[in-house]
Amino acid sequence: MAGYRGKFKGLIDGALTLPLVLPPTVVGFLLLILFGKNGPLGKLLMALGTSVIFSWPATVIAAAVVAFPLMYRTVRSAFEQIDQNIIYAARTLGVSEWKIFWKITIPLSWPGVAAGTVLAFARALGDFGATLMIGGNIPGRTLTIPAAIFFAAEGGEMRKALIWVILIFIISLIVMTLMNYWTDYQRKMIAHNGRK
Amino acid sequence: MVDIQKKLPDFKLEVSFEAGLEVLGLLGASGSGKSMTLRCIAGIDTPDSGKIVLNGRTLFDSKRGINLPCRKRNLGFLFQNYALFPNMTVEDNIGFGIENRKREDKLAIIKGMVRMIKLEGLEKRYPSQLSGGQQQRVALARALAIKPEALLLDEPFSALDDYLRSHMIEQLTETLSDYQGVTLYVTHNMEEVYSICNQLVVLSRGGIEAKGGTKEVFRAPPSLVSARLTGCKNFSVAKYISAFEFVALDWGINITTTSEISRNIECVGIRAHTLTLALDEENDIVFKCWLKFASEAPSRMTVYLAVQKDSGGQGNQQIQWEITKQMWLDLKDKPQPWKLRINPEDLIIIKA
Repeated sequence: MAGYRGKFKGLIDGALTLPLVLPPTVVGFLLLILFGKNGPLGKLLMALGTSVIFSWPATVIAAAVVAFPLMYRTVRSAFEQIDQNIIYAARTLGVSEWKIFWKITIPLSWPGVAAGTVLAFARALGDFGATLMIGGNIPGRTLTIPAAIFFAAEGGEMRKALIWVILIFIISLIVMTLMNYWTDYQRKMIAHNGRK
Repeated sequence: MVDIQKKLPDFKLEVSFEAGLEVLGLLGASGSGKSMTLRCIAGIDTPDSGKIVLNGRTLFDSKRGINLPCRKRNLGFLFQNYALFPNMTVEDNIGFGIENRKREDKLAIIKGMVRMIKLEGLEKRYPSQLSGGQQQRVALARALAIKPEALLLDEPFSALDDYLRSHMIEQLTETLSDYQGVTLYVTHNMEEVYSICNQLVVLSRGGIEAKGGTKEVFRAPPSLVSARLTGCKNFSVAKYISAFEFVALDWGINITTTSEISRNIECVGIRAHTLTLALDEENDIVFKCWLKFASEAPSRMTVYLAVQKDSGGQGNQQIQWEITKQMWLDLKDKPQPWKLRINPEDLIIIKA
């Protein structure tokens, strides 16, 4: 995508970023239509004898869809920051695109990939609207932490809500810290002259 | 053999030349299309039309619809900013293009290359831990490791300081003398071209201004642009008088030549270092001039001279003269006007 320069670039780019700007409930609604009993993907799944609506895979799909644009945008900008001459140099050496991607593009844009992962993780963890729309809030199956906090607080169970809040605090902090250390380590491996 | 056309934002690139085993230099100002030419040959950019053939192998032919991808062209490309892989060590950089070889072969090639660029002991370093000159050598080794059929050098030394540059030029000349393949050398630096390349193509705004043996082109550049790019500083509009005489209008000097000149002479040039002080009234080309100002460089002086007294009002044609510091010390207190002599052999005569 970073290398693609066609006239549809803007459109494709916009479509891939859309879940970021749409309200989560809209995304959830669209997913509901898509995966619902009469939706195209829903019908396909029905034919295979399953359904995802109001099951745990639904929450995964919802979280992935709303988090994807963050990942996409950060990774893309990391790709774009790589000095193109490095890629060209690899090509003139007769190396396949696949190997260039895994051995050069990915390592060189690692900080960006890591940042994207963190952002996407945060967004996925915190999603409420889209998940609720297609996952529902079935305890033990599709109840995510933000939803649990909401329903606990609404039901007056402040202690229960607080426990969830503390839990989400701890998870977020651990993930962010690990990511920071890992990125620092990677950055040391990548010399400064690899970027423009 | 290269013969390509490509439309660029400012002009149309139209070049065609042939390169043998001698180093061919592409000289041009920045934005003249010389780097683009190299990138088209390497397959990084695609020409609009034309063909590129290397040792009988067609790399690009718009008529036959051939356009080999970069990685199948088997060319070594040396980038101005080296473009080393920063996440790999020196040996991994050099070995990256030959990873499908047998392990022993690969290690042997890497070892040989490291020895050639005199970086023994630094194999495990990362590019950021090397100096600019060392990085440049790694880049050269990486390009040569794949045994390319042609080596393309894109202003390889422009990012190096002067001392390192002359040192690297010496090393490169040595390395290239062992290399059995076509070498193209792109630069805007006439001194590099002169010392490295045997054959020369001068480019300006996408077109070829001159081509031929380097020494030949420097001695008699066929056009104003090529004369400028090869370092000529002084030009005057010329007007034909007779077969052996013309007048340099801007300088106001009548010039008699030893060889016959063409009727459509347009312009005359003289290199700044070829002027000499006239000893006595020789019946050569001698003119009087007055000092306007002098500018000092570390190793020499550039003296700006006015040819006609008080010419400041019109034309304002100056002549640049490069002399040694010692000569300047001897000269500066001498009464003006000074008398300078042009050796007719040094004249650059440009036809319309």
